[in-house]
Amino acid sequence: MIRDITIGQYYPADSPLHRLDSRVKIVLTLLYIISLFVINSFIGYAVVIGCLAIIIKMSKVPFKFMVKGLKALVLIIVFTAIINVLTVKGDTPLCKIWLFTVTLEGVFYAVKMCLRIILLIIGSSLLTLTTTPIKLTDGIESLLKPFQKIGVPAHDIAMMMTIALRFIPTLLDETDKIIKAQQARGADFDTGNLLSKAKALVPILVPLFISAFRRADELAMAMEARCYNGGDNRTRMNVMEVSKADYMAVAVFVVYFAALIAIRILI
Amino acid sequence: MSIKINHLTHIYGADTAFEKKALDDINLEINDGEFVGLIGHTGSGKSTLIQHLNALLVPTSGEVLLDGVNIYADKSKLKSIRQRVGLVFQYPEHQLFEMTVYKDVAYGPGNLGLSEEEIDRRVRSAFETVGLGEDIYDKSPFELSGGQKRRAAIAGVLAMEPEVLILDEPTAGLDPRGRDEILEAVKKMHEMRKITVILVSHSMEDVAKLVDRIIVLSKGRVALTGTPREVFAQVDKLESIGLAAPQISYVFAELRKKGYDVPNDIYTVADASEALYRFLKQVK
Repeated sequence: MIRDITIGQYYPADSPLHRLDSRVKIVLTLLYIISLFVINSFIGYAVVIGCLAIIIKMSKVPFKFMVKGLKALVLIIVFTAIINVLTVKGDTPLCKIWLFTVTLEGVFYAVKMCLRIILLIIGSSLLTLTTTPIKLTDGIESLLKPFQKIGVPAHDIAMMMTIALRFIPTLLDETDKIIKAQQARGADFDTGNLLSKAKALVPILVPLFISAFRRADELAMAMEARCYNGGDNRTRMNVMEVSKADYMAVAVFVVYFAALIAIRILI
Repeated sequence: MSIKINHLTHIYGADTAFEKKALDDINLEINDGEFVGLIGHTGSGKSTLIQHLNALLVPTSGEVLLDGVNIYADKSKLKSIRQRVGLVFQYPEHQLFEMTVYKDVAYGPGNLGLSEEEIDRRVRSAFETVGLGEDIYDKSPFELSGGQKRRAAIAGVLAMEPEVLILDEPTAGLDPRGRDEILEAVKKMHEMRKITVILVSHSMEDVAKLVDRIIVLSKGRVALTGTPREVFAQVDKLESIGLAAPQISYVFAELRKKGYDVPNDIYTVADASEALYRFLKQVK
């Protein structure tokens, strides 16, 4: 159940997407998210879905794996759909539910919103699925470097992110273990009203926090024992290089973005 | 309560890049009241196997029968299965969460919906079995020593009065004294409550001293099973899967090599001292 959360997980494979420079991938992912808000017609969505499908195919990450990540967010998607269907006003009423009038425009709008969320999640999860956490944070650090002059602690931010990402699977495992241990003691997380469900979380959260603090403490100690003191004058083992493939990716993306803008203006 | 495992297979992350076959066609039978030692290398599937016994994991294929009833047959009976098969995880002290030790141990029986008096009786009896006195009842679990924490956590499972008790590496990370305290408590539980005990361990010494029967897992399969005598007699096979016999048996093998006529089936220090005593008397 808890293992189904795939956000932030890396999927090892050898694909053109895995080999791209992480900085390029981060920037393109951000632009991709913006591109989702450029489109507003179904043709635009079709183009995005088509492009995304090709990229997913190229990434060699099983599609099933990404859908699994969506499962955790089904509630948000369904909620968005219901709110939109019920509240968006339009000219072609379909039916009336209690105080709300469902319109054709509302249904269309809801479908678009849900598509947008799904595309957003799948697209951005591609970034973490094809980039190791180390490369990802290296990329972020490198992108933040220019802002160091105005006081942004690029290295510290990158280190914190590396550590946070590194501990996601550890803490998920830990949560899984604690849940099982409490289940073995007869804990029940599925039945009862909201209050009793919230109360049932205490036996999970308390041990989880304690273990997170313990781990943080141990890690800080271990880093200090190895004389860690920030990023000044540190050299890298793997120097990042922008290759031909990266320029190609950028070029392809520019065409994609231009096409979406054209669709938006023309249709 | 008897346990029967038929063709149990478990695959983690099926159909992904992380696919891993943790258990491969396991067939086992554990009798009522037996004290079984489950040994195996890290990653041999021990922890996965025991999580099937109280339905925390669902097998990829195969079945687990408790007293002849498939435990996955009726989902609504999960709680009762988890009460009947008590599972103590590795580092169980990490699951402590209540304000006081007493309340923490009462969490399990409380979940069973028992009466106040019955909970109190079970909690007190569990504390007594693991050897913790009334003076710690109102302490915070985090004030206790490592060994005490561990025993309190075991008491938390014991207070549910299971018919089968499974302990996953109950002595890991404890000092020798803490280890002896735990093993003493486990032995007492088995003798006093006449329950089936499954002890997962990688300490051959602990297992040799306590159990009636040993099950050796290797790479998700049952590699060996039998009494400690039968299993430790196959030292070569044990070593080939990365395990070893108790240290004392190597001392005796060495003695035999040097030409001393000592028995070749000694696995515990107590047996060893007796055998040596007899041998020395003979020589005189």
